[in-house]
Amino acid sequence: MDLSAINPVLLLAALLAAATPILLAATGELIAEKAGVLNLGVEGMMITGAICGFATAVETGSPLLGFAAAAVGGAALSLLFAFLTQVALANQVASGLALTLFGLGLSALLGQSYVGVKPPRMEDVNFGPLADIPLIGRIFFQHDLVLYLGVVLVASVWAFLKYTRSGLILKAVGENHDAAHALGYKVVRIRTLAIMFGGACAGAGGAYISLVRVPQWTEGMTAGVGWIALALVVFASWKPWRVLLGAYLFGGITQLQLNLQGAGVAIPVEYLAMSPYIITIVVLVLLSADKAQAPASLGRTFHASQ
Amino acid sequence: MAQDKTKVGFVYVGPVGDGGWTYEHDQGRLAVVEHFGDAVETVFVENVAEGPDSERVMTQMALDGADLIFTTSFGYMDPTINVAAKFPNVKFEHATGYKRADNVSTYSARFYEGRAVQGHIAGKMTESNIIGYIGSYPIPEVIRGINSAYIHAKKVNPDVEFKIVWAYTWFDPAKEADAAKVLIDQGADVVLQHTDSTAPQAAAQEAGNVITFGQASDMAEYAPKPRVSSIIDNWAPYYIARTQAVIDGTWESMDTWDGIGPGMVGIGEITDAVPADVKAEAIALRDAIASGEYHPFTGPLKKQDGSDWLAEGEVADDGTLAGMNFYVEGLDGEIPQ
Repeated sequence: MDLSAINPVLLLAALLAAATPILLAATGELIAEKAGVLNLGVEGMMITGAICGFATAVETGSPLLGFAAAAVGGAALSLLFAFLTQVALANQVASGLALTLFGLGLSALLGQSYVGVKPPRMEDVNFGPLADIPLIGRIFFQHDLVLYLGVVLVASVWAFLKYTRSGLILKAVGENHDAAHALGYKVVRIRTLAIMFGGACAGAGGAYISLVRVPQWTEGMTAGVGWIALALVVFASWKPWRVLLGAYLFGGITQLQLNLQGAGVAIPVEYLAMSPYIITIVVLVLLSADKAQAPASLGRTFHASQ
Repeated sequence: MAQDKTKVGFVYVGPVGDGGWTYEHDQGRLAVVEHFGDAVETVFVENVAEGPDSERVMTQMALDGADLIFTTSFGYMDPTINVAAKFPNVKFEHATGYKRADNVSTYSARFYEGRAVQGHIAGKMTESNIIGYIGSYPIPEVIRGINSAYIHAKKVNPDVEFKIVWAYTWFDPAKEADAAKVLIDQGADVVLQHTDSTAPQAAAQEAGNVITFGQASDMAEYAPKPRVSSIIDNWAPYYIARTQAVIDGTWESMDTWDGIGPGMVGIGEITDAVPADVKAEAIALRDAIASGEYHPFTGPLKKQDGSDWLAEGEVADDGTLAGMNFYVEGLDGEIPQ
């Protein structure tokens, strides 16, 4: 065992990057669920965003355009879900699962000519002297723009839900769509926008994997991150800052356990491998002792005539 | 009833576009299609989770009239045996396992022969003397690879140290990339992988002065560096031969385990990033293994706990290799049980 081989600075820096895809996708899903829509298609939207972003970045040479395209791609795919559940009134669970399957297939098709291609590198934000501060500089100030935008996104979503009128309306729709409808709010329109926001965030999260974390295109490369994001929303009791905490915990412990394995620490590897899941769940469940409830209309179909 | 097309099914653990393990199995399937043309119909299901889900997929294939089913991952072992018992007229071929039945054959390739060549190159080229190894699951096939690579790295570089990280997945590019980055952060300048995607190659390229080896497939898109060579699985001749046996009615349950000699394991081009003398030695090692003149597990070798395993000049028997569950002397850490 050689713990000195673990560099805590690199570990913390890696934590932030590892958490970002989950963070983005989970924050988007949180808004959709707050509006009363359960979209199980996160994985499908992420992988679609991963290839849309990758292809655009390769063709244009700009990773930022890639992220924009990923958001558009994810949102476009989510429109399919919105049509099925908000217009055709299909079951949300089945539609979401179908969206994941469809997204996996579509992305494999779109990505055929991008296997083995190297994407343009996402540059780190230049913080000037801040990046040179010992320890802190490496941990916090040597990352790409999207990583910071992820944190800004969480803060914005939190403020939006807590302080704005639109945020209140969104929550009203998610808590009781009949009452919201009676008050004159456009339930279907609001939900469609929330679904598209979720799709855009998931798409950007997927692109973070294909453009920054791996960086390459491989079929099925999100490998279940979308499901973790979905679970995180529930365990975080639909609270944005807890989503952030959960994502950092999960990303951090994943990195830590790989590091501990590399250093040959004497904990059985099976326990290390399962630790990110267990610790994240335990921490968030303990936090949710305040009995935060799911949005009351979550997953229920709305039609103005009913 | 006139027997029309022979139907051959394939069950894959990853997507056919993984660029590694599953990709090569699908190349084998395509070779069957090309060889037999209209006489054979092939079907495949990709991304099938190991365990109960795979049993459902195999059952469905058998019900749909498959005559021969290739199940291409270690974790399909028990499901294959279970489903085979229900369909005695369907032939099954399970890759990398050790359980057989009257209608279940097993086949695998001696990947450890290729690992010996990798270990040699790795031991010669490492400057930090730290070699990182990304394991998938602690099963005999993977442990054999680790041992073989370690023995041959140690032989040319007594100071070499292996750092092993278990990913507990065959295919998860983000996790594989993370594992590679962790190993590189901890000082490894050679990364060997026993997972299926090219993500560790991308991580090594990003890091700079690190070398890697293609796993299961050539992964030539990362040549000449970081990927300096590779192990290539070539299943096509086997798949064609076994399909032919079903058509002829001569199929029998058997165990096939071929290596570099018969061509089931190929060593991908060794690039110019490897010094010429090391390259020549690696090729000589490959040829010696191919001809049968040298066995990668030749004594004297001890187990990790210091007990004797092979005496001077003794070679390992296939039974021990097939069930290998111990590290050789010098490796650190415990194998997860």
